[in-house]
Amino acid sequence: MRNWLSQIGGWLDHRLGVKATVLPLLAHPIPRGAAGPMGWWYVFGSASMTLLAIQILTGIGLSMVYVPAPDQAFQSLEYLNYEQPMGWFLRALHYYAGSGMVVMVLVHMTQVFLHGSYKYPRELTWLVGVLLLACTLGMFFSGQILRWDSDAYWGLAVAGSMAGRVPILGPQIVQMLHGGPVIGGDSLSRFYALHVFVIPGALLLLLAVHLWLVLRCGVSAPPDRSQPVDPRTYDADYQADLHRTGVPFLGDAILKDVFFSALVVIAVVALAAVAGPKGPSELPDPTQGGANPRPEWPFLWLFALLALSPPAMETFVILGLPVVLIGLLLLVPFVSNRGPRSPSQRPVAVLMVVMLYTVLGVLTYQGHTAPWSPDMDAWSADAVPVAMVEQGSPLQLQGMAVFQNKTCRNCHALEGLGGRRGPDLSTIGTRLTRDQLINQISNGTPGGGNMPAYGRQIGPHEMTALVDFLVSLRPHGQPPAKTATLDSSP
Amino acid sequence: MTTEPTTTPPLDLLPGRRTFFGWLTYGLGAIAATMLGWPLTRYFLGTMPRREVWVALGSVDSFPPDQTRLVTFDNPMRQPWDGKLSHTGVFVRYQGQDANQQDQFLILAVNCSHLGCPVTWFPQSGLFLCPCHGGVYHANGERASGPPPRGLFRCVWRIEQGQLEVQAPHFPTLQDTLDPTGDPASLAANSSRCEHA
Repeated sequence: MRNWLSQIGGWLDHRLGVKATVLPLLAHPIPRGAAGPMGWWYVFGSASMTLLAIQILTGIGLSMVYVPAPDQAFQSLEYLNYEQPMGWFLRALHYYAGSGMVVMVLVHMTQVFLHGSYKYPRELTWLVGVLLLACTLGMFFSGQILRWDSDAYWGLAVAGSMAGRVPILGPQIVQMLHGGPVIGGDSLSRFYALHVFVIPGALLLLLAVHLWLVLRCGVSAPPDRSQPVDPRTYDADYQADLHRTGVPFLGDAILKDVFFSALVVIAVVALAAVAGPKGPSELPDPTQGGANPRPEWPFLWLFALLALSPPAMETFVILGLPVVLIGLLLLVPFVSNRGPRSPSQRPVAVLMVVMLYTVLGVLTYQGHTAPWSPDMDAWSADAVPVAMVEQGSPLQLQGMAVFQNKTCRNCHALEGLGGRRGPDLSTIGTRLTRDQLINQISNGTPGGGNMPAYGRQIGPHEMTALVDFLVSLRPHGQPPAKTATLDSSP
Repeated sequence: MTTEPTTTPPLDLLPGRRTFFGWLTYGLGAIAATMLGWPLTRYFLGTMPRREVWVALGSVDSFPPDQTRLVTFDNPMRQPWDGKLSHTGVFVRYQGQDANQQDQFLILAVNCSHLGCPVTWFPQSGLFLCPCHGGVYHANGERASGPPPRGLFRCVWRIEQGQLEVQAPHFPTLQDTLDPTGDPASLAANSSRCEHA
């Protein structure tokens, strides 16, 4: 039997030539340092690939049931969640393995950046890696559309409105993006094509190039303070080191990769099993107001940046910033492709990473809480704290009703309850006088800023009651706000 | 460098013939690429066309003056497999009759002019409010506050035999509004806009 197998193997290999070509590639020597304890820094790329494999597997599985048509997509997702055996698990795993892939790709990139591994001769590997990051994010966005709930539908509306701002070509781009004059079946179908054919095809092609470059340029040695990169001598030194002390990749190094990948798989499977599938939240209904689309977590920072940027910069943030950021990432190996690699010798690089992740973290948190979005139900759903009105005069109670009825609460919280778009008004009586309040309410933010002018929306009696209520909003014992005036009498 | 055995005849016995076949191949390749590329390009750039269709929203009498109402209808610009997704809403406001005894309507799309989210009408405060970034509009569609760069998009309407009809709206964007005759200055104006700080 063994003999037979080896004969078949020999017959095949005589024609395929695997032993002569592929095996040496797998067994290629890597620097000794990369196989030692420092080798644990090298596991994130392979973990990304492991997660990609899970994505392909679960993606094929989901595509066997999912229907990319607006009238049935939602139903087919519900079927996956509740009826198809393990359908809920595949949906959950596809989401969490995809999230994990974004995390692993980012960690991998950060490690490569901090260790200066993108420097000569691995500039192109970095470039292709940046494109792989773009593909991964593209998969995340297009995947969210396929979930075909309210977020997906209005997400397409937001994407269309953004694309519509492109000078001159805007309307044509919107038409191409939506696949027609409205968001509908053609929109979903083209995002399906993007998600299962176009982007995965590009991703696999780029990944092949990425891996070829890893083999061709060799795995970088762990950074050594005494060995800055000099393109004139690097290749000779690297090859000499490999010949002297290199160890085969198929050995301790790949063992670390497998070990870490196994941990990652266990983590995402456990997460998927515990957290379950994400959505779909609700059938998209274009006639239903109040839908507030949220981007998926990798895009929350961009969502926040957009919401927080001044209007003059808005179109640039929408259209220019993503291009600039990708461009900057692509430029990294051309700005510095030589010199020291060790993070301890590159304080600016370390500081940039710290700053970037701090900014991304803060913006992501802001995007998650989204204080700039009004709370559309607060006017009728959030009660006024009892302590604020239990001593109130009839006029103040009337003012409270005006406050709720005129939807002030959608943007202004009372004791933290309500919209957070405008300031919390729990103690407004200590900050603004009666006249200042009337001015603010009637005219809104000067120049048409954040608060609308209510002058035409509120009658004189309503205004009197409302202002009386607002002036009464002060902590116990605090006097109302006063205008600072010079006492002219001697 | 390996040298060819002297017995092998050289390839370019007929240089003219080689050149001819070379050019013929380029030519054939160009023709094949065009024949393949033209229909494929047409296909990939092609999208569901925009059509001018009118949708009846109800009789003119059914709209009380100066009240804004969300009217829903099935947008005829749809695919048969769109399901309930083609159910579209517009805000209709009857504005009374003008000097020539003509009924005047204001029909506004639900999409916020900022980034396309659906605005909600609050009759008690007389304002439209957008859930995404807090854009606010007055009852007449003018921008009141927040990030929108202009007022709400106005739909084209007409009255046919006592029925109010609206032109089926496409997805409106800043450079591709719903009203081909252009928006009145009050909607498109950006003059009073300032930093929304």
